[in-house]
Amino acid sequence: MATKSNGKRAKAKANLSFMGWRRENGRVGVRNHVVILPLDDLSNAACESVANNVKGTLAIPHAYGRLQFGPDLDLFFRTLIGTGSNPNVAAVVVIGIEELWTKRVVDGIARTGKPVVGFGIEGHGDIATVAKASYKAKEFVQWASELEREDCGIDDLWVSTKCGESDTTTGLSSCPTVGNMYDKLIPKGITGCFGETSEITGAEHIAKLRAVNAKIGEKWMKVFQAYQDEVIEAHKVDDLSDSQPTKGNIAGGLTTIEEKALGNLEKIGRKCKYIEVLEPAEAPAAGPGLYYMDTSSAAAECVTLMAAAGYVVHTFPTGQGNIIGNPIVPVIKLSGNPKTVRTMAEHIDLDVSGVLRRELTLDTAGDALIDMIIRTANGRLTAAEALGHREFSLTKLYRSA
Amino acid sequence: MPAPHFLVHSPKDNVGVVVIEGLKGGTDMLGVITETDKTLKLKAQQDIPIGHKVALKALKKGDTVIKYGEDIGKMITDAGVGAHVHVQNLKTKRW
Repeated sequence: MATKSNGKRAKAKANLSFMGWRRENGRVGVRNHVVILPLDDLSNAACESVANNVKGTLAIPHAYGRLQFGPDLDLFFRTLIGTGSNPNVAAVVVIGIEELWTKRVVDGIARTGKPVVGFGIEGHGDIATVAKASYKAKEFVQWASELEREDCGIDDLWVSTKCGESDTTTGLSSCPTVGNMYDKLIPKGITGCFGETSEITGAEHIAKLRAVNAKIGEKWMKVFQAYQDEVIEAHKVDDLSDSQPTKGNIAGGLTTIEEKALGNLEKIGRKCKYIEVLEPAEAPAAGPGLYYMDTSSAAAECVTLMAAAGYVVHTFPTGQGNIIGNPIVPVIKLSGNPKTVRTMAEHIDLDVSGVLRRELTLDTAGDALIDMIIRTANGRLTAAEALGHREFSLTKLYRSA
Repeated sequence: MPAPHFLVHSPKDNVGVVVIEGLKGGTDMLGVITETDKTLKLKAQQDIPIGHKVALKALKKGDTVIKYGEDIGKMITDAGVGAHVHVQNLKTKRW
């Protein structure tokens, strides 16, 4: 169990608290999923069969896991193990085509102390494997259904952020609303995260200065420059005007990547500084505070990586109406674009369009987001959860062997 | 105060963002600089969609466009006060 000083806990409780599930390793989850996790693309069918047999379990199918190697394989395992280890997950059944890599995922998740078991298909076939895995999944889901939520301080909450289908309204309203939330909750001990390396292009001079010290700022700049050199310069055809900004960004009024980046950075507020730079899907290890993670700016890939790092609630500002969700992490959608709020109301959890009309201050909008985060942590289903959005997208660094 | 037609991030900016739907050319617009709460007035030269930018001063080809008090690119053609500023006349300096 992680230990915290009583004084610190009492202080947090005096301010804000929520009801969550404290897991075996001390981390707190806000959902109680029993996940049926395929090691590889071949095992998706068996996992989906188990999830069909045993109600209340959740299969997370994906496209990879074969013939990856080097850093790409390391990232793959880190993402799968991190997903199973996330405190929003109570227990895990892993199914893989063979037993050795399956065991690697099982052993990784087992380090959290939560129940996890693995099955290999080779030598048994789908039907026998599904039968064995279903018995275990039923045992796990009935066990998990009796776990109770407990009162937790806000400093037990890990909240990540990434925006999508941004437009100029995100930079004016929904992104600075997230920034206001971080400026208020980071000092209260939450663990935060932002990323999107490509979408800082044009605001890198500002991002570097938001590091807690010069050393971390230099570390951040190395990550940013590596992305420019190894990804953009190596693969660009003419320029990135067709994908950065995207067609949706341009329809929403964003013209250049610099303009988009400056709006994006509004998500980290005015005061808080990031304390460490994380690899994709790397769990924060330097204590509470704001972290930067080197991620793609594609919504599902980014949220998948942050969920694998252990974040349990995600805040997602959108302008033109990105509809993303995640299988294990509630994704809170907020928008300040009155047209999007009207035409895509079922996807939006928090309407901050009043900021554009000057009816709502960023301070009030930030408080409304904190309230929505607490309600979501307490169990309110997000729009994405209610609509069944379970996008799980693995980040691939290069071709498989 | 009535709801503004456009918002400006910083007093240094030379563009603002239209924040109402269906803005018509010829409209006498009310704007607010969010950083200072200062108001300004401007006539829209043409229809400008919500979220799109409007020139706060006459911009010449080659001029740097400032938003959030920062460089967001350069003009590739001229635009007068109250004109729509977007991909047709503004481009990144980067790529």
